[in-house]
Amino acid sequence: MDLSYGKEYDEYREEVRAFIKEHGHKSPDSSKQGNKPDAEDKAWQKLLIERGYAARIIPKEYGGYGGEADLLKSVIIDEEFDEAGVSKGLGGQGISMLVPTLLELGTDEQKEKWIKPTLEGEIFWAQGYSEPGAGSDLASLQTKAHVEDGKFVINGQKIWTSSAHFADMMFILVRTEPDAPKHKGISYLLLPMDTPGIEIRPLVTMTGEATFNEVFFEDVKVPTDQIVANRGEGWMVANATLKHERGMLGDPRQSSSLLHQVVELMKTEDVNGVKLMDSPIFRDRLLKLQGRVMAMQYNSMRLLSNDLSGNVELMPILVVKLIGTHLNQDICGLAIDALGELGVLYDDSKYLRNSGMWQTRYMFMLGLIIGGGTSHIQKNIISEHGLGMPREPKPQKTA
Amino acid sequence: MEFGYSEEQKMLDESIRRFVNSEVPLDRIRELVLEGTGYDEKIWSGLAELGVLGVLIPEEFGGAGMGFLDATIIQESLGYVVAPAPFLGTSIMAPTAILAAGSDDQKNKWLPEISSGNLKVGLGLTEVTGARENAGVSFSGGKANGKAMFVIDGECADGYILAAGKDTLVWVAAGAAGLTKTRLNTVDNTRGVVELVLDGVEAELIGTQGGEAAAVQKTVDAGRTALAADLLGTSQRMLERAVEYAKERKQFNRVIASFQGLKHTCADMAANLEPCRAMVWYAAHCQQEIADEATLLACQVKSHLSEVSTPIANDTTLVHGGMGFTDLMGLHFWFKRIGLSRQLLGSPEAVREEAAVLQGWVAA
Repeated sequence: MDLSYGKEYDEYREEVRAFIKEHGHKSPDSSKQGNKPDAEDKAWQKLLIERGYAARIIPKEYGGYGGEADLLKSVIIDEEFDEAGVSKGLGGQGISMLVPTLLELGTDEQKEKWIKPTLEGEIFWAQGYSEPGAGSDLASLQTKAHVEDGKFVINGQKIWTSSAHFADMMFILVRTEPDAPKHKGISYLLLPMDTPGIEIRPLVTMTGEATFNEVFFEDVKVPTDQIVANRGEGWMVANATLKHERGMLGDPRQSSSLLHQVVELMKTEDVNGVKLMDSPIFRDRLLKLQGRVMAMQYNSMRLLSNDLSGNVELMPILVVKLIGTHLNQDICGLAIDALGELGVLYDDSKYLRNSGMWQTRYMFMLGLIIGGGTSHIQKNIISEHGLGMPREPKPQKTA
Repeated sequence: MEFGYSEEQKMLDESIRRFVNSEVPLDRIRELVLEGTGYDEKIWSGLAELGVLGVLIPEEFGGAGMGFLDATIIQESLGYVVAPAPFLGTSIMAPTAILAAGSDDQKNKWLPEISSGNLKVGLGLTEVTGARENAGVSFSGGKANGKAMFVIDGECADGYILAAGKDTLVWVAAGAAGLTKTRLNTVDNTRGVVELVLDGVEAELIGTQGGEAAAVQKTVDAGRTALAADLLGTSQRMLERAVEYAKERKQFNRVIASFQGLKHTCADMAANLEPCRAMVWYAAHCQQEIADEATLLACQVKSHLSEVSTPIANDTTLVHGGMGFTDLMGLHFWFKRIGLSRQLLGSPEAVREEAAVLQGWVAA
């Protein structure tokens, strides 16, 4: 057992800290998300790329830093930026999902055209995957495209499309081969959001915000070269990055940070003149959550160690999304209960605590419990892939 | 950076698993629980031959000179097969106390005997973690008086290490004049816990009187961390048995493992248990290498493993249906071992409150 990262990395950590100390004040608010990048965001992103703190391993020719893949350095950047509360640069599904996909499977022309402006925040992407009838069973998606005069013609509907209302482009899964088996009939296309025939309707969620949209397609025409990989290979293309998305949900560093905020809350708030931390009942709930957070932190340490050594263990990966998202919601739930009536204040109400983040986060976490494969789907995956239990038999067809 | 087992530890894990799987079959457990001593000569001498009884004991005292993670690897395997073996008291807690507080003479006297398997030690620290029935031991003028309850591995022990208050440790020989041992029958007969009543019993101070609070705490921490490892092994085996049974048992013309309700129950057990593994590793590592975190981790790992294991004990029994409730499956030995481990050295609520005090979240 050796938990140190080594001298080289200790030095790198100092370097990152020095950078944050010198430039951290230029960081946009790290909680600011769900908007189109503005000048401040872009300037920060540019600086991060120049210094190798964003787009670290993306080749220089495509607008990245061009560094060597170094897992520990990436971990150190994450740790230090989170700790200091500064922005890690632009997010969004273009950077997190499309860019790695193009690097792996795109043509040289596609890489040149899309990656640099995406990294710099000049092009913002929406993801067109889920449909009203294709959520957990994504491969059954029905939005279809046929070829006419050298163009794909798209008809159908997508849902849960984050950022569609301000995105410039969309990467989308459509059914191009209606006669092929469901996983083999899908293609992965790229299209501009201002193409005629696209209608966007905002979908207001329980938090009151419209972070998602429904997107309708009526005879939307896309040149046939706007495809990643070949026709019918879209499922394979999408899966290359879906795995990546699952890994991000349930990050224990977020749990740890939320827990820390509840500790501060319970040390400062009181009810009937008694500090919340002095209530044995709330205190015990807090400690129980601390135990759960710790288990996930060390699980994460195990995963990092495995990644470094090339050791492959499935189960500790499979559980992260399920356990992590519920844990985060439970932490927010404790904050709300400890605050009591104050915990249900919302919007811009008088007496609002922590800008109302506990309710917003509590509801948002439920969204994460659902999104990226609901907890029920996660449990199917854990039981089938982790424990080797059989799939539910297909229902028999009735004559 | 390397978090997990070294190559040597993987080999240790494999050899101890091979040993317990072949030498501690369910039929043997059935016989041994009737005796209820928490001890079997064959298992114990087998462990001695493997050279693991002195896992925490330096080579100069005849031990293996390994580390705490090695100790929890062994304890986990013993939990996996619900082995009646006084390893927790003898090989983990006693050496921790003796190495922390004992004189060179005492180390030379006891540690080689522990390493060879000739000396089994019961640990009476319950009055530090949660005194009941007005129990407690006092020591003065070379004599110990009072009562120690739930002495771990006490039934088969040749000697006892008892806490006299929170800051003093004494050694009492089994069979000493004035010492009365009474078996406390718990649900878990794979381990023999006893009550000791001491009436002017000759006792030997380990360390100084009133000066061993740190050694007492270290011994409690070691015990709690090892109990968490035992719970990890016990729960892991229960989960495996649930999955194995579900894959065999057929109802409605299907194996019941194909029913989603049952799959999700198993998935929940696995999802909650898997991160516990890394938590036990880290807690074990702290006992030896990170003193600042050792007590907090011992509290949290004991509490968390208990909270995860109890539903596993219930749900695995549930997955087996009516048969799970019978004696035939033998599942109840695991269920009961989890039940005892959960309470020894402090219930989850009690140890969490200690963790709160430790972090300054509440006054002591």
